[in-house]
Amino acid sequence: MSLRLFVSRDAGAVAVGADDVALALEQAAAKRDVAIEIVRTGSRGMYWLEPLVEVATPQGRIAFGPVTEADVPSLLDALASNTPHVLRLGATDEIPWLKRQTRLTFARCGVIDPRSLDDYRAHGGYKGLERALSLGSDAILNEVTASGLRGRGGAGFPTGIKWKTVAQAKADRKFIVCNADEGDSGTFADRMIMEGDPFLVIEGMTIAGITVGATKGYIYTRSEYPHAIEAMNAAILEARRGGYLGSNVGGSSCSFDLEVRVGAGAYVCGEETALLESLEGRRGIVRAKPPLPAHYGLFGKPTAINNILSLAAIPFILAEGAKTYADYGMGRSRGTMPIQLAGNLRHGGLFETAFGVTLGELVDDIGGGTLTGRPVRAVQVGGPLGAYFPRALFDTPFDYEAFAARDGLIGHGGIVVFDDSVDMRKQARFAMEFCAIESCGKCTPCRIGSTRGVETIEKIINGERVHENLALVEDLCSTMKFGSLCALGGFTPYPVLSALKHFREDFIPAPTTLQAAE
Amino acid sequence: MTAVFEPWNETRGAEIIGEHANQEGATLVILHALQEAFGYVPEAAIPMVAQALNLSRAEVHGVFTFYHDFRHKPAGRHVLKLCRAEACQAAGGDALAAHAEAKLGVLLGNTTPDDRVTLEPIYCLGLCATAPSAMLDGRLIGRLDQKRLDALVAEAQR
Repeated sequence: MSLRLFVSRDAGAVAVGADDVALALEQAAAKRDVAIEIVRTGSRGMYWLEPLVEVATPQGRIAFGPVTEADVPSLLDALASNTPHVLRLGATDEIPWLKRQTRLTFARCGVIDPRSLDDYRAHGGYKGLERALSLGSDAILNEVTASGLRGRGGAGFPTGIKWKTVAQAKADRKFIVCNADEGDSGTFADRMIMEGDPFLVIEGMTIAGITVGATKGYIYTRSEYPHAIEAMNAAILEARRGGYLGSNVGGSSCSFDLEVRVGAGAYVCGEETALLESLEGRRGIVRAKPPLPAHYGLFGKPTAINNILSLAAIPFILAEGAKTYADYGMGRSRGTMPIQLAGNLRHGGLFETAFGVTLGELVDDIGGGTLTGRPVRAVQVGGPLGAYFPRALFDTPFDYEAFAARDGLIGHGGIVVFDDSVDMRKQARFAMEFCAIESCGKCTPCRIGSTRGVETIEKIINGERVHENLALVEDLCSTMKFGSLCALGGFTPYPVLSALKHFREDFIPAPTTLQAAE
Repeated sequence: MTAVFEPWNETRGAEIIGEHANQEGATLVILHALQEAFGYVPEAAIPMVAQALNLSRAEVHGVFTFYHDFRHKPAGRHVLKLCRAEACQAAGGDALAAHAEAKLGVLLGNTTPDDRVTLEPIYCLGLCATAPSAMLDGRLIGRLDQKRLDALVAEAQR
């Protein structure tokens, strides 16, 4: 009997040797005359265990990891003879880190072959579209609204209301745009879902198209994600072949087709209006709103532009019903959030869970503390525009409003952990520097403010008139926050001000040196 | 593996532009395609793109210069990109970047005088749970440490 093995083809797994392990498995199996079949899946999201190798057994999949090329011969011997192996982790589904998650969006990621439409369908794929087709536009809108789904890109705008606006707009053409321009450091959920379950994105966008009356969709993603681009393009071809894109989608009278477009290294294009400009072939310059993209979007047509994680949540909501989704979560944050644990962390990866889990649980308990073994000092939540949180705020629940109340944001759900060797002056300067590099240049507070910010923080680092310059940075942040056109300039103050507020001691020279001088 | 690019050739350039000119909002698509073929976007291609898309040269030049990806001259034989974003900073990326600069004798954003290696910063490869990360000619490397970096630099210098 042939051994059925699963090795991830996710970029994060490949970066730590998954391709080498897969190749070594094939070679070792040929040498031993053991019949194996390797399925290249997405990642389960437990990156400290990558490359992870799973084997199908009558009792379900058994996991081994992290596997290196050198481990392959002994692993294959153990698998062929059904004997123990030191890297054996037990049943994959029973690994506590996976077991305590609520995987609605990422249910199939790491499980199925992302190139196979049949595998997708065999694991519940296209059930959402099937139900959507039987419901019709108004009923779908009711479902999406009732689910409480809010924009997973960070802004948290209710998806149902956005779709309704586009559905009601009158135009000869409408568009669905999937924002997969995942530029935030510490985030990789978009990349994982495109590489691990691309049909889910296609299904979500197709449902969006049917709902608002759009026949064309674009997935705008990053040039830094070559594996994701390849996976999405392969899935689009496969979906077309299977009758799930093109005319008569899923046997209905609706038409919908998709195209992947690739950015060119501009962070600001993750901002929705800059993204639309870029899609139209122009510089990624932010547009003033209104008009909203829902009325005047891509090529001037009504456009539903959603984050990929919002669109990826849609098939579950349609298949299982709005209530099932809304039953998860807290307050006005309903459903689940794919949280990404990154940076200096022992157990980094993708952790999808209902809103409400605290930051402390995520970092200390689930993340397992720092990889270096030193104390956690600062945690940046929500990407380069997110605030730095100290341990004192670790009781903050993961929820849009709770983070806002503490001058932070959950953004795209990325958490970057720093140990006590971090110099928060450098982090504050970097926030301004990044804004200066990436500013589209349209509005003054962002374009000039960020450069002045770098200079002023530089002066603080050099000990020049520290108190006056700190006041200047705070004032500048206020100008940027209230005067910028979009979130790039508007939110850069979050990391800067949070660093100043919670880690003041890094900015002010220690008084002990003064005393010593006396 | 070194990427092999074609030398600039106007006929070939026109052919590439023609392949994509009918798409809506084709400017970035064409610039990407040109760079993929030639390794950079030759100055001479800008007016050709403008003409094909019925845009002004200034508009195309504006797009070309806005995006970090597009090169106005060929890169070195190998391109080593180091992630400089926060997750990689938290995992020791600063020291690795300084180490790479010292080893290659150029600052990030530059090419070695022998044209062998272009060292570039990149802001997030999405490998933040296996940080720090790097990319050598399109190949991804996670859990970068000094030893791995030395091996990458040596490979790039070959």
